[in-house]
Amino acid sequence: MELTLWTYEGPPHVGAMRIASSMKDIHYVLHAPQGDTYADLLFTMIERRGQRPPVTYTTFQARDLGGDTAELVKKNIKEAVDRFRPKTLLVGESCTAELIQDQPGALAKGMGFDMPIVNLELPAYSKKENWGASETFYQLTRTLLKEKVSSSEKINPLRWKELGRRPKVNILGPSLLGFRCRDDVIEIQRILSEQGVDTNVVAPLGASPEDIERLIDAEVNICLYQEIAEASCEWLRRNFGMEYTNTIPIGIKNTIEFINEVHNKLGLPLTNKEELEHKSKLPWYSKSVDSNYLTGKRVFIFGDGTHAIAAAKIAKEELGFEVVGLGTYSREMARQVRATAKDLNLEALITNNYLEVEDAMKKAAPELVLGTQMERHSAKRLGIPCSVISTPMHVQDVPARYSPQMGWEGANVIFDDWVHPLMMGLEEHLIDMFKHDFEFVDGHQSHLGHTATNTNDFLNSEGKKEKNSKEGIIWTESGKAELTKVPFFVRGKVKTNTEKYAILRGIPEISDETLYDAKAYFS
Amino acid sequence: MSKVEFNKETGPREVFCGLTSIVWLHRRMPDAFFLVVGSRTCAHLIQSAAGVMIFAEPRFGTAILEEKDLAGLADAHEELDRVVNDLIARRPEIKTLFLVGSCPSEVIKLDLATVAEKLNKRFIGQVRFVNYSGSGIETTFTQGEDGALKALIPLMESSNEEKLLLVGTLANNVEDRFRKIFRNLGISNIESFPPRESTELPKIGKNTKVLLAQPYLSDTVRDLKHRGCEIISAPFPLGIEGSTKWFLAAAKAFNISELKVHEIISPLINRSKLALESHKKILKGKRLFLLPESQLEISLARFLHNECEMDLIEVGTPYLNKDLMKEEINLLPDNTKIVEGQHVEKQLDRVRDSNPDLVVCGMGLANPLEAEGISTKWSIEMVFSPIHGIDQAADLAGLFSKPLRRNQILTSKTLVTH
Repeated sequence: MELTLWTYEGPPHVGAMRIASSMKDIHYVLHAPQGDTYADLLFTMIERRGQRPPVTYTTFQARDLGGDTAELVKKNIKEAVDRFRPKTLLVGESCTAELIQDQPGALAKGMGFDMPIVNLELPAYSKKENWGASETFYQLTRTLLKEKVSSSEKINPLRWKELGRRPKVNILGPSLLGFRCRDDVIEIQRILSEQGVDTNVVAPLGASPEDIERLIDAEVNICLYQEIAEASCEWLRRNFGMEYTNTIPIGIKNTIEFINEVHNKLGLPLTNKEELEHKSKLPWYSKSVDSNYLTGKRVFIFGDGTHAIAAAKIAKEELGFEVVGLGTYSREMARQVRATAKDLNLEALITNNYLEVEDAMKKAAPELVLGTQMERHSAKRLGIPCSVISTPMHVQDVPARYSPQMGWEGANVIFDDWVHPLMMGLEEHLIDMFKHDFEFVDGHQSHLGHTATNTNDFLNSEGKKEKNSKEGIIWTESGKAELTKVPFFVRGKVKTNTEKYAILRGIPEISDETLYDAKAYFS
Repeated sequence: MSKVEFNKETGPREVFCGLTSIVWLHRRMPDAFFLVVGSRTCAHLIQSAAGVMIFAEPRFGTAILEEKDLAGLADAHEELDRVVNDLIARRPEIKTLFLVGSCPSEVIKLDLATVAEKLNKRFIGQVRFVNYSGSGIETTFTQGEDGALKALIPLMESSNEEKLLLVGTLANNVEDRFRKIFRNLGISNIESFPPRESTELPKIGKNTKVLLAQPYLSDTVRDLKHRGCEIISAPFPLGIEGSTKWFLAAAKAFNISELKVHEIISPLINRSKLALESHKKILKGKRLFLLPESQLEISLARFLHNECEMDLIEVGTPYLNKDLMKEEINLLPDNTKIVEGQHVEKQLDRVRDSNPDLVVCGMGLANPLEAEGISTKWSIEMVFSPIHGIDQAADLAGLFSKPLRRNQILTSKTLVTH
């Protein structure tokens, strides 16, 4: 049993709903009690979808449990098929139905329908949303393509040359409630097209079951989000010999590497390599003198595996930040995130507990947080600027404007989204600097609000030599005065470190010199 | 009773379960913590329904069952014990801890009553433990509050003191208004249930006169009756008409003359009628379809028809207690179609066929209906907004006129040019 105040991921059947809702001509019969329909609002409210998710909830009640819930399942399946006429039917259970073991998938298969039926078994008490999405997409792909496995030869990635057409790829992984998937797909299709590569199928977003059946018309799969598509890509590789890409095209370097990888897999010569460096404004914006102040900015990163790893690379190599914290809630990608963190001399934080993330954030004393909607809230409480880079998200993370994370335009978006909060951070710094000037009117307030730090309260506290810190150490006036000169965003950290140092050395009173001693000691 | 048409429907539903009521209950009693014993779905439901990310540490959480908890119930009880110990160590300010049952905990028959009993002994004098079920297999949305209140009744001491007991969560400002009006009427001993502090439960007995502020408290009412309380029969205090009759019923129970009531509330009524006018202009003659969710639907329909002159197409309710709703049903126009329960697909067919001007529905259905050109109002807003009382009648009407007004603005054919 795990005490959870808030969870980054929903249960696995919500992952299955993401696949079903992303696609056309699919219906999902979910054996579930009333209340589980809450999941519909994730799609209709956060994504502002104008259609209901294609899901029928069997809505069993306590009084049904003594009787025949299996009949209820069959009745709902029949009604759903009659009404929605899906081309493929998904059948599964939510957490409660898993306990009563009606096996709705098996029931559906016995009802004599001629459409393919995918029986989803998603263990609700051990797995989570992204796993559920991945498993659903994999089971769907497998169900719709398994008959073609034996008759098919391995797909030669170079066959497009003999066929006398441009090479074709599938873009796999984008789904509803993913981060900026809608726009990433457009950006990646545009980039591929410029390189002479056509898109065969995008799935699950916008795909129909027929589209899944023609996945094998392409030469190579683009695995755009590993969390959702890697299992399917791997199955397609094993059974049809289809190669898939591993590079996630977020950031300039990764986008170029991605293009290289696509070219290599397809045996397609890369002719416009020079041009690629200039496709996005990020490299120049980052190089321009105004960006000097970005150097060494301390950034804390937490999100899903794909976006957290990409963010770390961009932060360090393309914007010149210092990554001071890296973590993910995606246990499935923990190994990769750990490896990335190790390269940065950090220990990755792998957790589903947002309070642990907030603690780590506090300790790392970053100047910028890149995270999910939850980290945005935590950062706000701590008075640190934040940009959202990953799900779980809020309605405001589904912007009206074109706003990808991937490719050239994605890099432009990232530059703006990450740097603008910092500009504000700089403004905050200026306000802090000038607040003792007589022109400064009390009431000038930063957009960050009053949450900043307790350090300010401490500094404003009166009293010369009483024990004014919780460790019982005395801050002298000269010590306090020196602390005010430290930039606000590291002040809390400097205070803690100095006190730690004083305790270590048995220094009872902290003066300005103690601050410098501590600084030297910890540097 | 007016000639109202009653129908029942079963099938797939699109409603919240009782756990959702934790969202307003925990705000009402800031010294209480609500611990759901359930699955990741339960945790995800509450956070999605409430958008709770603004809190550092909310006063509710979920003890998520894992595979090993399902294997042996004895272990599950031990695990729950551990979670509760951790929680109390972390949040020493908690005075009452509600152990809330969910669909999975009910199905595996986790005995929360026994767990609560054991914990009560261990933490005696420090924290009180209460259990109830908010599961979707037993409760719909607001019924969760019914369960929570019913669970508190055994903790309420007996007293034969004469008092007015307002039952059902109200917004604090609305409650303050009501108390002031009752005091002006001459009723001085007024208490509320749930109280603002979970430990300050009202004492009840045969001279307790219960006035319901919310229509969804069937089980609570039954248990209060068993404790000897008198239940004042009245419509619910939504709109001017409902609130007036509500005050009159309370006054009658305390032998206060009607004249006195009118004297006190007439100025409020006049003021409120004036405020209602602008909304009525928009709502008059518009056709309304209410989907079931909060059990407030019948009272809302009565208000929107009688005071705002809307036409009622269908009034859905997840559950109908005809006895409790008697006074409301009497006020409905003849031939009102009430549908208890839901088959969401068939009901949406009826929505489309009847071409309504406004549909009251859950958040999962609102945007899809808007996309079909049908204006909607989220029902969840009714339980989060201060809508009760004479003073709030115009605000209540505003919740319904706003989407229509917006629709008028956005579909207006003439563009203002300068």
